[in-house]
Order: sequence, then C-alpha cells, then structure tokens
Amino acid sequence: MSLADYQDRRLDAVAHGGQGDVGDYLALLKPRVMSLVIFTALVGLLIAPGGIHPVLGAVAILCIAVGAGASGALNMWYDADIDAVMSRTARRPIPAGKVTPDEALAFGLTLSAFSVLVLGLAVNWLAAGLLAFTIFFYAVVYTMWLKRSTPQNIVIGGAAGAFPPMIGWAAVTGTVTVESIVLFLIIFMWTPPHFWALSLFKRGDYEAARVPMLPVVAGEDATRTQILVYSVLLAPIGVAPTLLGFASLVYGVAAAVLGVAFVWYAWRVYARREGDAARKAAVRLFAFSLVYLFLVFALLLADSVVARLIAGGWL
Amino acid sequence: MSDDGIRQTEEQKKRQRKRSVAIGLAIAGLVLLFYVITLVKMGPGVLNRPL
Repeated sequence: MSLADYQDRRLDAVAHGGQGDVGDYLALLKPRVMSLVIFTALVGLLIAPGGIHPVLGAVAILCIAVGAGASGALNMWYDADIDAVMSRTARRPIPAGKVTPDEALAFGLTLSAFSVLVLGLAVNWLAAGLLAFTIFFYAVVYTMWLKRSTPQNIVIGGAAGAFPPMIGWAAVTGTVTVESIVLFLIIFMWTPPHFWALSLFKRGDYEAARVPMLPVVAGEDATRTQILVYSVLLAPIGVAPTLLGFASLVYGVAAAVLGVAFVWYAWRVYARREGDAARKAAVRLFAFSLVYLFLVFALLLADSVVARLIAGGWL
Repeated sequence: MSDDGIRQTEEQKKRQRKRSVAIGLAIAGLVLLFYVITLVKMGPGVLNRPL
C-alpha cells in the first residue's frame, strides 16, 4: 500500500471510528511479543530468592503482560505510517483501517496506567516503577526517537524487551540485584543479532519505510560483522548465572553449548554473503535465536526448581 | 435523530456490541481482581476492623 492509499484509508477510518473488532484490539497488544515477555518475566519471578503469594505473583505477571501489550499499542499508534508500507506490518489494525490512531492511543495509555497502578498497589512500587520505565522506554525512547534516527535503534531499544525478567525479580525481592541485571543483559545482548538477522532478509521492507536499520544504512557486510560481535558477547553472558553462583554447573554447560551454537550460526551468516545461501543463513540464525532465548530461560527455571527441591529435601 | 448523523451498519452494530461485552467483562474481571488482591493482602484481618 502506498502512503497516499494509507492516508485515504486513515481519513476514512478517522471519519467513522468505532470499526474495530475485539480481535483488532487484541492484535494491538502484539500477542506474540507478549508471550516472550510473559515467559521471561515468569522466569525472573520464579527464580528470584524468597517467595511471593501465588495470587500476587499471577497479578504481577498479568500487569507486566498488559504493560507490554500497552506499549505495543502505543508503538502501533506512532508507527502506523511506516507499518503501512512494510509487508510484515501492513495488516496491523491501524494501517488496515480497522482501528483509528486515536483509539489505539487511548487504549495504550489506559492499559499503561492501569497495569502500572495495579502492580504498584498489589505488589510493590519498585516493580511498578520499572514497568512504567519500560513502557516509556519502548514507546518514547525507542519508537518515537531512536527507531527513525539511528541504525543503533535496535541495540538501545532492545533494553525495553530486556526489562521483564528484572521486573519479575523485583516483584518478589523488591530490589534490583546483579542477578536480575544478568537476566537483563542476556536479552539485551540477544536482541541485536536477533533483529539484524531478520533485517537481513527483510531489508526491502525497512528501505521502503525509510527506517534506518543497520543493513540499509551501513550495508549488509557491516551488519554481519556486528551480528558476530554481539553473538560473541552474548555467549559468555549466557553462562554468567553459573559463574555468579545462582545457577548450577549443569545449566552453565548447557548455556555454553547453546552459546557456541549461536556463534556458529552467526559465523555462517558472516561467511555466506551471496545469494540464497546468505538468506538461508540469516533465516536460520533468526530461528535459532528464538530457540536460544527460550532454552536459556527454560533451563534457568528448571535449574532453580531442582535446586529448591534439593534444598527442601525432596530430591 | 437527524438524517445527517452517523448511521451504523448491522456489521458495525455487531462489532460495537462485541466491544461493549469485552469492556464489561474487563471491568468485571477488575472487580474480581481487586477483591482477591484485597483478601490476599489483608488476609483474615479484612473482617477485623472497628465498624
């Protein structure tokens, strides 16, 4: 869809409003991103020392999920113009003319306020403050400022996606500690190679939308180098929970193997620069990056459960 | 009602009803949530107060 078509549809939607189905509003919450947020926040909450009442733990996860969804809606409100010209995002509710930008903005702001207030009142205000900062960081610092102005947008913006396990941890402990910072760093270092792999095989989209993604601005070779650098940095951070003593040696060995595999996939992207092989390498790194993050956090959770069972005399 | 107002099609009315139901359920969910949070945070003390 061209920008002119988009403007026409947008005006049409603005004139009428109230066209959206419930499903369109749910789509504004970016459910797939939300699932990753829920999972990492849950791991942060469950491996944190001490305990939280299960109901309050569930409330914390609900608030983090809704807060993440709210920032997704704010992102779609602001980015509707570029979403309309990218194939991956053209069918989102606003460019599709089903929800007006104003409706999305009101929806995002309302959910943001409710999620932060409920988390603060029910759990603690440090976790609520971190959630508020995350929403602000994603909606304002990333979406409004960095995304369209610097090819390092993904690096700094990735921090927003890295906060959920830290919020989960803070919900239980009421503190920010080295352990929760390590959980943050794992996602923070994982984000650039994950998104740059995507942008290598979706480059045309970002070019059409004039978003300064690294392959568009610095070229594909520079992107491949940076993917490799971040992958090499990510691998040891994945092992850090064992080195810092809050995960077992079994976790450490598994995380090391996963880290080596990640670097290997990144190396293939680095080495294969032409044609179909290059595209396949990028697709494979993107797919493996999702598996990597899921397994690292699942292993951390399993490790913590086993450690508690042993400490409780169950094993 | 004058003729130049917004006239909804049947499809639009159906969507509006669905949205209204969803908002109603969300509000009912919030009431339940606050009730449960209150019980959990105050425990048995919820009944133990001067009237």
